[in-house]
Amino acid sequence: MTFSQKNIISIKDFSKKDIKYILRVAERMEPIARSKETSNLLYGKILGMLFYEPSTRTKLSFETGMKRLGGNVIGFTEAAGSSMTKGENLADTARMVGEYADSIVIRHEMEGAARYVSDLVDVPVINAGDGAGQHPTQTLLDLYTIKRIFGKIKNLNIALIGDLKYGRTVHSLAYALALFNVKMSFVSPKELKMPDEIVHDLNKIDVVARETENIHDVLDKVDVLYVTRIQKERFPDPEEYQKIKGAYLINSELLKGTDLIVMHPLPRVDEIAYDVDSTPNSKYFEQAFYGVPVRMALLKSII
Amino acid sequence: MNKSAKLPRELKVKPIKNGTVIDHISANRALNVLKILGLPNDKSKVTIAMNVLSSQMKNKDIVKIENRELDPQEVDKIALIAPNATINIIRDYDIVEKGKVQLMDEINDILKCPNPNCITNTSEPVNSKFYVINKKAIILRCYFCDRIIDEKSIEFRI
Repeated sequence: MTFSQKNIISIKDFSKKDIKYILRVAERMEPIARSKETSNLLYGKILGMLFYEPSTRTKLSFETGMKRLGGNVIGFTEAAGSSMTKGENLADTARMVGEYADSIVIRHEMEGAARYVSDLVDVPVINAGDGAGQHPTQTLLDLYTIKRIFGKIKNLNIALIGDLKYGRTVHSLAYALALFNVKMSFVSPKELKMPDEIVHDLNKIDVVARETENIHDVLDKVDVLYVTRIQKERFPDPEEYQKIKGAYLINSELLKGTDLIVMHPLPRVDEIAYDVDSTPNSKYFEQAFYGVPVRMALLKSII
Repeated sequence: MNKSAKLPRELKVKPIKNGTVIDHISANRALNVLKILGLPNDKSKVTIAMNVLSSQMKNKDIVKIENRELDPQEVDKIALIAPNATINIIRDYDIVEKGKVQLMDEINDILKCPNPNCITNTSEPVNSKFYVINKKAIILRCYFCDRIIDEKSIEFRI
């Protein structure tokens, strides 16, 4: 399998075989990510980081991954630090960084920005989130987390919970899980249901997800609760928001007696109570760490 | 009494000497066909018939463009809104070429993406691009942001 010079724009560009390959490479990267081994695989290589939007985990894990492999990073982490403020467009900035670096990572507020940049430059481009669009490296690290904890992805029972309408991570994840014969449940208030477009696409490949508004419908059946934040601004009525927020709060009381794992793309605000952090169910910090070996696997494979 | 005042007078569209006749355009879509073709302009004489009776399709529109022969690429763009349109190239009053429009696999630079947050709706130097994912009931997917457009909304996007 060759990933050399391949762009990583959308999880839909990946076959099941591609995903499995990256997860296998990520496993080999883990000791290096944990600093138990050192590596010079990407010695002398430079990663160009174009972060037009704020990011903590994604940016830091790319930077960590590149440096753990002996490479280096250049770039900016806010539009304010670039010549964007002088009116330079994305095309010109990307072309320039494409000449300086061996690969580009981009986060941008406009959907399709990463695909656009990949058409303009000769080096491979990684999408680190484009508006409400795609965030493929998050999906790969989500899959890696599940694989590391359960030893498999196939046949698991996975519930996606919260804002399934606007949350970009759950859209990509649902597509990817569909490749692995996973039993999926979508749990959300009716205002924030999984878009018909996605449910329709899943049905086309014979994947039927159970849809419910009640978290208790799935609690004793699932192996994974994948929680996302319900944003206040989605609800015009503050009282309605408070009610909904309460109905989807994950706390240790709710999880008592279960052996399911709780995942979250982070940052969390108040959808998972702090008392969950110390339970064996909580896996979201581990999940955040796995961003490093997965992104190392991608960098190693495409540069 | 004047004879012509008694009998209803039928408006005949006279044949053109040289140019292109686009026939069997879905009724009331002629203006959008012109828009796709970048017409009217200063050079071309254009005749339009809208909502006229047709033996094949009940009502149809017809567009005649004098002194301009459309090339196949231009013509295929029309398929998006007038899938049954036929094209006749006319030279010296004779039809020298006749064909049906064909929907391409990619639609470039015709439609505006309906997603306001799509990179193609910015000041970046980029043209819109859609993949045709269903040709029967036309469904398009934006190459950049993945947004789906169906047949109903295509007309508003031209």
